Amino acid sequence: MPTHRIASIAALALGLMAAPAVAEETVKIGVNQPLTGPFAASGAYVVNGAKIAADEINAKGGVLGKKIQLVIEDNKSNPTEAAAVAEKLITSDKTPVMMGAWGSSLTLAVMPKLEEYEIPMLVETSSSGKITTSGNPFVFRISPPSALEAEMFAPMVEKLGIKKVDFLVINNDWGRGAAADFGKMLKGKGVEVGLTETMDAAAQDMSAQLAKIKGTDADTIMITAAVDQLTLLFKQMAATGVKKRVVTTGGSQNPDQIVAQAGSAAEKTMHLTTFLPWSPDKTPDPKATEYFLAEWKKRGYPFAGTTESFRGYDGVRTIAAAIEKAGSVEPKAIQKAFWDVELTGLNGPIKFVKSGPEGKESGQSKPGVYLIEISDGQIAEVKL
Amino acid sequence: MDQFLQHLVNAMVLGGAYALLGIGLTLIFGIMNVVNFTHGALYTFGAYAMYLASTALGMNFFLALPFAIVAGLALGALLELTLLRPLRGADIDTTMLVMIGAGIILQSGTLWIFGGVAKAIPSPFPDAPLQFAGVSISWLRLFVLLAAAALIALAYAMINGTRLGRAMRATFQDADTAALMGVNVRLIYTATFALGSSFAAAAGALLGPVYVVFPQMGDLAAVKAFAIVILGGLGSIAGATIGGFVLALAEEFGAGYVSSGYRDAMGFLIIIAVLLMKPTGLFARAERVG
Repeated sequence: MPTHRIASIAALALGLMAAPAVAEETVKIGVNQPLTGPFAASGAYVVNGAKIAADEINAKGGVLGKKIQLVIEDNKSNPTEAAAVAEKLITSDKTPVMMGAWGSSLTLAVMPKLEEYEIPMLVETSSSGKITTSGNPFVFRISPPSALEAEMFAPMVEKLGIKKVDFLVINNDWGRGAAADFGKMLKGKGVEVGLTETMDAAAQDMSAQLAKIKGTDADTIMITAAVDQLTLLFKQMAATGVKKRVVTTGGSQNPDQIVAQAGSAAEKTMHLTTFLPWSPDKTPDPKATEYFLAEWKKRGYPFAGTTESFRGYDGVRTIAAAIEKAGSVEPKAIQKAFWDVELTGLNGPIKFVKSGPEGKESGQSKPGVYLIEISDGQIAEVKL
Repeated sequence: MDQFLQHLVNAMVLGGAYALLGIGLTLIFGIMNVVNFTHGALYTFGAYAMYLASTALGMNFFLALPFAIVAGLALGALLELTLLRPLRGADIDTTMLVMIGAGIILQSGTLWIFGGVAKAIPSPFPDAPLQFAGVSISWLRLFVLLAAAALIALAYAMINGTRLGRAMRATFQDADTAALMGVNVRLIYTATFALGSSFAAAAGALLGPVYVVFPQMGDLAAVKAFAIVILGGLGSIAGATIGGFVLALAEEFGAGYVSSGYRDAMGFLIIIAVLLMKPTGLFARAERVG
């Protein structure tokens, strides 16, 4: 009898020990996005785009024979929280690679954690130059830094007949960086730069700044802000009677939402964007774009979100490609493999080139930048 | 000069809404002595009530506005009955923590129900602004200013000229004596909180169409409301009104002539200056009521 009992206990123990092995092993990717706070809407779009990519890859068998598991955390649109979230993803969830963190100030707050734990991160949205020039070798960015946006915009400046520009930017690393980079480019082309006005990320009333800008002799206002603030700005410009050429930067404009909410106030505004969901056939990979747009629609998300969410989609696809190339889920191997990734994203080829101080370069990919205009409630690329 | 006038007009419109926020909070914070962390959430609630009424319920804009105000009144009464009434007599820290929790629940609930994408409330006014002497103001903003002025006058008349107002003032001067005089003190507490809440909701419902509506819109509004109440002196309706306009003027001219980067700091600089010289605020009275 005793032997019987020992045997059954041993069998039970074996069964218990074996149990975890039955659960499917996954490859974890940390996703650090603002899901509450002023950037909640944009962050949720990026996450939803990321989920489409993960589901698509998993349906095809995953990476390294394992399914991708996104570990999604909310950074509350707050840099302190973004750093805390990164720490949690790395130490508690043991994610070997992450994507984040939407805003430049959020990403910059996460970056020291990447160096501390030696974990690579794909930056999908942020555009402050500092991110890829400060010597952090764990950063790989697929969104254009504002200097690159400015460089792509440079040939259009003369054709648009821009003579003097005022800036109105969000008061954080993203906005101030854009004003500095575009200002430098414009001065180089002999364009005068007038005022640089700023607004708080949560500000709703910009009439004071607009009243000031209304009184200058600048012919163009360049604005860097996210969609909600742009909507307000266009309405308030119409109310304040500001009639100047408007060019927005930063790629978080969601033009369809602007058309829906600002209506006629958004007429003739121009926007530098990195994705053309309005004409899938003009994108670098029409088939992928159409798949993505169809899947987005099937899940019941608003079309206006696609200019934001495609970055989450491309981000996860890029990370999956790096893991596949690395052949393991070791952070070091993934970091190294990012340099060999080559794929066609929805807005151009994704391939990282070295940026920043030698020996500690960050990776920067060069996506397409397009100028679009809202005209009669329609969105079309500006042909110059 | 044009620019100066434009700034002045902007400040007047903003000041009207700030005054409403301040009056609502001065009733609750100044008179009831409840540190109301749900004030921002009630402002947001008013805006969403306005949004729901004018889109999903298909109400006329001018009908949706009183609907939102009454909805704010009802939510305020509910909060008082369920959270504050059981806590009467509890120390200020407990009440404060409960109100912080309620504020978080309201804000996250809004995010959960409506999502983070900002909503626009359709306005019945023409898009083209009203122009005079180089100054332009949208019809909607003009309406907001007039409606705010009417509501402020209403609040003033109610507190100073009605039996309810007298009962309120009596209750918060000395609840025991008021109760002995036959005032239903429990009802007065609920009524005051509900009234204060309805003013926050009114500010949200008026500013919702001017701006856009999103779950975090109340955060900055709440901070400003506290600033206005402290600036004007606790419990003073006139103080909250003038405090609202002073804050709006400071922000507008600070942003216009000093630096827009410090727009939101300007108001607080004024408050520090006022409190250094007059620690009870601009209009605090000995009785601190009304």
